[in-house]
Amino acid sequence: MGYETPRSNAGTPWVREDRDNHRFKVARRAFIDKDVLELERRAIFDCCWIYVGHESEIPNANDFLTRSVAGRDIVFNRDRAGNVHAFFNICPHRGATVVRERRGNALGFQCFYHGWAFSNTGTFATRIANGNYPDDFGKDKCTDLTAVPRLENYRGLYFLNLDRDAISLTDYLADAKRYIDVVMDQTEASMEIVGGTQEYSIRANWKLLVENSFDGYHAATTHSTYFDYLTSTVGSMTQPFGNGTNQSRAVDLGNGHALVEYPAPWGRPIAQWIPAWGDAVKAELDSKFARLAKLYGEDRAHQIAHLNRNIVIFPNLVINDIMALTVRTFYPDEPGFMTVNAWAMAPKDESADLRKWRLYNFLEFLGPGGFATPDDVEALESCQRSYRNHEQAGWNDISKGMMKAAPATDDEEQMRCFWRGWNRRMSQAVAS
Amino acid sequence: MLLAGLESTHVAGRRVMSAALRQSRIALPRADCEDFLYEEAAMLDEWRLDDWIALFAKGAIYEVPAAGAADDVNPASALFYIADDYHRLCQRVERLKKDAAHSEFPRSDGLRLISNVRILGNAETGTSVGCAFVTYRSKNDVTDIYFGHHRYVLQPADGAIRIVSKRTLLDMSSLRPQGRVSIIL
Repeated sequence: MGYETPRSNAGTPWVREDRDNHRFKVARRAFIDKDVLELERRAIFDCCWIYVGHESEIPNANDFLTRSVAGRDIVFNRDRAGNVHAFFNICPHRGATVVRERRGNALGFQCFYHGWAFSNTGTFATRIANGNYPDDFGKDKCTDLTAVPRLENYRGLYFLNLDRDAISLTDYLADAKRYIDVVMDQTEASMEIVGGTQEYSIRANWKLLVENSFDGYHAATTHSTYFDYLTSTVGSMTQPFGNGTNQSRAVDLGNGHALVEYPAPWGRPIAQWIPAWGDAVKAELDSKFARLAKLYGEDRAHQIAHLNRNIVIFPNLVINDIMALTVRTFYPDEPGFMTVNAWAMAPKDESADLRKWRLYNFLEFLGPGGFATPDDVEALESCQRSYRNHEQAGWNDISKGMMKAAPATDDEEQMRCFWRGWNRRMSQAVAS
Repeated sequence: MLLAGLESTHVAGRRVMSAALRQSRIALPRADCEDFLYEEAAMLDEWRLDDWIALFAKGAIYEVPAAGAADDVNPASALFYIADDYHRLCQRVERLKKDAAHSEFPRSDGLRLISNVRILGNAETGTSVGCAFVTYRSKNDVTDIYFGHHRYVLQPADGAIRIVSKRTLLDMSSLRPQGRVSIIL
């Protein structure tokens, strides 16, 4: 895709790429070292665009929600005019948490500690008797809620940046925008986050979940029991992932973003019907596909409706458009512990029946009780435990498919894209 | 007491209801439900999954909504952890019996405590029963605790009790640090 990558990676001791001999190694120390995590916070989480939430989560004027983003406590809200804001959830006075509910609708927020109150644009809105503070007190905004330095959105996905001087979100997303478009173009109506969040954690380093989220190589072994189940619902599965065809590919999206795209045998709510869903849903999916073909042509309609894609937006946003559409983000509390938030996203205009099947499909694979995710968690946690052996057995291998001109889904090029982005940012921080 | 005079006996280790109850359409006695829930917990603690799935009526459902969800949340419009129809529930059991169900291979150790068993009323398909639970899961020197309340619909069938629906509501603000629901709670 034309993104320059140095042939050798001087700079950090954690990534070794040898393009001439097709070797790519990552140091296991990078998953367990507290100093690496501190550097990641500074070099990555504090200056990359980090996902906050989707516009549909605060659909109405004065809606708000609270959430942890990039290790900060954030209020994500709309003011009475419908404008979207993100504030640090800390009182400018003495530092108590201002908004303590998970979500709601309010014209303003009041800190329970000393009663300081704020409009939902963040402006101080408390009458304090004369004589307590100078007349110009608060003119420098010291009594207002502190807004995040940057808040921008692409197609309803809101991101914050803690670095005021960062490049724009649209520049940062680079070619990932084209594939976010493929996902969002499923419908002419907008997309929405479905009610219910899977808020869980994994006792493993966050980069293990990055790798796992678009790892086509592990599916057959880690998830054999899921494929047994799938066979019971869709019948036989020949050539399920199109490996060895041009339909299965890994794509470098720039800036550490990457994806894999591939056909698969499972049902897709947009729009790959399976018999379990019944005739009414088949008619709805046929009509959705016809509409996509009319709008975008057969090829793009096929890509939108029949191909699957696992997208990693560097560093910690996953959009997996597979047997259901999930948006997932995670953050390292410690080198060996991450918190995960996962949502289901869906077109606003789908029928109640299709929505039901979408959520049914989601749970067959994804999430803490799915037929696949718990086994991923087991794998990630087993890696993390085993990395205690790193001093004698120090390197992960991520070389699969390096020799190929066009790596497939079950190669590891997409992970190398992530690690190159990671290495570039970390080496700049090491050098500075 | 709901049903004084209705007695039950154990036959070959299995709880069997009295003839009076078998023939009645009235609510199951609380004590019978409690005994039944203890038996179910023991089956799960001991990984007797074939016995456990046999407790369910054909067409039964098993659900675990996201932590903190309302009792009446609907899996057709909200994201759960588990929302199994009978087919997928049977498949869940088949999966858990395989060595390739990696999260539970080697199997975790566990203990289920059931308490506060109450008859909540009569549903169309049986007796609504509620209870509180604490489930411990231990593996690889890590112990996780799950707690919350179960909501069952139980019905008498062929001299035994069958589960028509089981909904497990986690009274926790999130699934942290447990991270997964790879066992039956």
